[in-house]
Amino acid sequence: MTTQTEVPQRGSTPQDSGATPVISVRRLWKVFGPKADQVPESEELCGLTRRELMDRTGCTAAVRDVHFDVSPGEVFVVMGLSGSGKSTLVRCLTRLIEPTAGEVVFEGEDIRQADAARLRDLRRRKFSMVFQHFGLLPHRRVLDNVSFGLEIRGMSRAERTRRAQEVVELVGLAGYENSYPAQLSGGMQQRVGLARALAGDPDVLFFDEPFSALDPLIRRDMQNEVIRLHHEVGKTMVFITHDLSEALKLGDRILIMRDGKMVQCGTGDELVGAPADDYVREFVKDVPRGDVLTLRWIMRPPADGDALDGPELGPDVVVKEATRAVLAADKPVKVVENGKLLGIVGDEEILAVVAGQEGGA
Amino acid sequence: MTVVMEKPEKTAPAEKTAPVVGVRRVSRRVVVAAILVVWLVLFAVLRGKQTLSLASADLTDLHRWFNDVNDSIGADRNSNPFFLYFFNEIRLVIDNLVTFIQELISQPTEGRPVPQVGWLGVVGIAGYVSWAVGNWRVALLAMAGLTFMGLQGLWQESMDTLALTVSAVFVALLFAIPLGVWAGLSDRFNRIVTPFLDFMQTMPTFVYLAPITLFFLIGPASATIATVIYAAPPAIRITAHAIRAVPETTVEAADSLGATRRQALLKVLLPMSKRTVVMGVNQSIMAALAMVTITALIDAPGLGKTVVQALQSLDVGTAFNAGLAIVVMAIVLDRVATAASTREETARGSGGRFQAWRRPLLGAGAVAALVLVYLSHTYVWAAEFPGDGTVGSKIASAADTATTWAQDNLSGLTNGFRDTLTNGLLNPFQTLLTDSPWWLVGAALIGLGVVIGGWRAGVTTAVCVGLLVATGMWSDAMTTLASSVVATVLVMVFGVVFGVWMGRSMLVDRLLRPTLDAAQVMPPFVYLVPFLALFGATRFTAIVAAIVYAAPVAIKIIADGVRAVPETTVEAATSAGCNTWQIITKVQLPMSRSALTLATNQGLIYVLSMVVVGGLVGAGALGYDVVAGFSQSELYGKGLAAGLAIVLLGVMFDRITQAAARRASA
Repeated sequence: MTTQTEVPQRGSTPQDSGATPVISVRRLWKVFGPKADQVPESEELCGLTRRELMDRTGCTAAVRDVHFDVSPGEVFVVMGLSGSGKSTLVRCLTRLIEPTAGEVVFEGEDIRQADAARLRDLRRRKFSMVFQHFGLLPHRRVLDNVSFGLEIRGMSRAERTRRAQEVVELVGLAGYENSYPAQLSGGMQQRVGLARALAGDPDVLFFDEPFSALDPLIRRDMQNEVIRLHHEVGKTMVFITHDLSEALKLGDRILIMRDGKMVQCGTGDELVGAPADDYVREFVKDVPRGDVLTLRWIMRPPADGDALDGPELGPDVVVKEATRAVLAADKPVKVVENGKLLGIVGDEEILAVVAGQEGGA
Repeated sequence: MTVVMEKPEKTAPAEKTAPVVGVRRVSRRVVVAAILVVWLVLFAVLRGKQTLSLASADLTDLHRWFNDVNDSIGADRNSNPFFLYFFNEIRLVIDNLVTFIQELISQPTEGRPVPQVGWLGVVGIAGYVSWAVGNWRVALLAMAGLTFMGLQGLWQESMDTLALTVSAVFVALLFAIPLGVWAGLSDRFNRIVTPFLDFMQTMPTFVYLAPITLFFLIGPASATIATVIYAAPPAIRITAHAIRAVPETTVEAADSLGATRRQALLKVLLPMSKRTVVMGVNQSIMAALAMVTITALIDAPGLGKTVVQALQSLDVGTAFNAGLAIVVMAIVLDRVATAASTREETARGSGGRFQAWRRPLLGAGAVAALVLVYLSHTYVWAAEFPGDGTVGSKIASAADTATTWAQDNLSGLTNGFRDTLTNGLLNPFQTLLTDSPWWLVGAALIGLGVVIGGWRAGVTTAVCVGLLVATGMWSDAMTTLASSVVATVLVMVFGVVFGVWMGRSMLVDRLLRPTLDAAQVMPPFVYLVPFLALFGATRFTAIVAAIVYAAPVAIKIIADGVRAVPETTVEAATSAGCNTWQIITKVQLPMSRSALTLATNQGLIYVLSMVVVGGLVGAGALGYDVVAGFSQSELYGKGLAAGLAIVLLGVMFDRITQAAARRASA
């Protein structure tokens, strides 16, 4: 069922850097209902579909046997439609919802074993979360909302105000410190939520569909904001969304979920270039392929008659960016990595992608 | 008496259930009609037999036993350890609290002919507190309201009422807010308390009094405890609701930042539910005021006592004057508490322009209030309200004049109205209930209970009917039932007419709603006064007062129900060519059926409590029995039994209509 796409490796993505993962999830289950903990243990019940499980036991399996690693500095996106279990999954990672079975290893520590005090400490210093509906405190001003997490830790007023002020400026809210949340637009409110999450200087940021409640234009601004912040502060991020274009825009890697199960986990071009099944294929059907696929996906091995003295390009150049160069050259472009010829790309391959003639891979 | 007690449970279901099961699938209406027809036929045959009527001075064994219990408790009060270390201690604490506040503002204290704080000090404090928790407008209102009470010549009575209300609210909130928070946090505790709260709120205020006097004697302590019992449930309920209404994301966000339970409660849940909790406090205050006036029946001091005494001697002028003071106090308390619940939001919106000045101003205000308190403590002119209440006597004589005028000029109209309704609707119905054999009425009630409310409601009805017979108050209960049902029918007529009108028109809603809100704030007592002037001391007065008391809540529920019908459904009906009448009868009313049943439920409960209070002005029956029980010790047991009968009627009504409401919304 699950396909960890292995085939074409990209050279520069962070997860290949060999660092130990920040978060490592193994065999994670969340089942709601009576005697929920028996479900993951039973081979037979595990094999059932969600519907059958509901009929048999009255339980709902929101997350089923999910496993993945998140590397330091990576933006890891979990994508799925509503009811796919993605929000439950992200809550299981910080135990806002208690997982039924499996491991969630954070920096070498299984957080399922953490007691209440340790868990609180982790939440205060290591994780923080941005919510779809913001979850701001209406009776506090922006600055006090941002410093809320610091206040809970017991930081002194002067210090937390100073830190909150820094973060407020970082997310572009300078000048609104003394406003109340109700006086801000949705996008601004989510900036407050973002600032609150950043204030504690956590190692990992969790985003639970943070921009779904926003207008499309503001959503785009906020996505760019997240990209900018990722460049500036370099935090590891786990991002939940139901929007594929958002996932492709932000994610270094994307995990697609359906009915609580993993369907595919890979980079954007892997999902588009090699969908694991019809579900993913259907999903990525409308994605402009030229924006996502790289030359690696469309090159072909040089045939006998091909001229091999054309211009050179790297394999991770996106098709859209290579189009002009390929079409301008009168000979096929060579795809070269570390001085080694991987294949060639001619007008035909480029046009097939750009004109959308290439059928599903 | 007690020998026949077994009978109702046995005969009743046997007679009525057989047709029900068979025909239920056909139509509920047919079954109801069938039950009524059978009843009427049997009534014609059996009229006047086995009616269980009891003359007003007669007692049953149960009543005598209650009397004995009362006597023995009275004798044991200072020897029984349970009283010595429990009830008496509670009474002592409450008495001390009330006496403390009374000596502060209303009653002369040791060595002083006047209370510690005179009128000027009270007005100053009231103004300052209203301004601090609300705004300057309600502060002016509070000061003007209190001064007006003084001008009415009712300063001391008003202060007694205020003292009782304040101590009862204080005690009520002491318990209600922690319990409410607990119920908000714990589902299990919420499930446990909800039925108790339901029960406490369905019971007519009246019936708390008798059993409480058994344990705490007649006087301010009993009055305060009865008021606490009545005033705490809304605060508990609303606090729990407020805690539950805090958005889950916000709590989750606090959790995700590593807040402890305590931090989440203090920094998130409580601040965010503050506004709603203050609304609960408001409800609690209004309930307390309503109850404090009623506790005049068990010798609590204050405005209520003036009203009761005036009502009993049919002195409309004095009753009106004191009633007006109660209304003014209700308005002041309501406005101040409402302003308190909205203050923070408005301050937040204003951009904090005055926030910087607020602290010094508050300090200055406090100093000014303290100066007034000092003056009123030291100088007689500031301690005793000046003047001799001429405004009050003018109001009273004006009310008397208006009454006389109404009786002279409108009597044709009002008497005609009264007689038509009494002879055309009330009397026949009451005769049917009181002159039928008790088992016939019981069987019919159980049958209706089953058909309207389902099996469980039927069982409850059967139990209630059995217990009603056992109280020995059957006949009086039927009289009260007749008045309540007639009043409820009329309430529903008003409710549907005005509710639909309000539900369909925003304009009407905006015009009517403030009036309805204000009407609901008034203590039930006050309603009796004007209708006493119009209709004299009869059953009918109580019924009209009950209708006026219960209609606002029914109208509001129905209006909200009609408004909740989806716009698109109405649009679809309009596009299908329905006219207004068809839209109302075929779409809006059927779709707000659960609101209609809920309105009936609430209407019945309100009506019942008012019809009982009407015992004071000649409504007779159970209400009279209860009142008589307070004043004549040989009737104590009977009064207690009457109170019990009222509770049974209330429970019966409530179960049937609740079950019907559940079915309607299913």
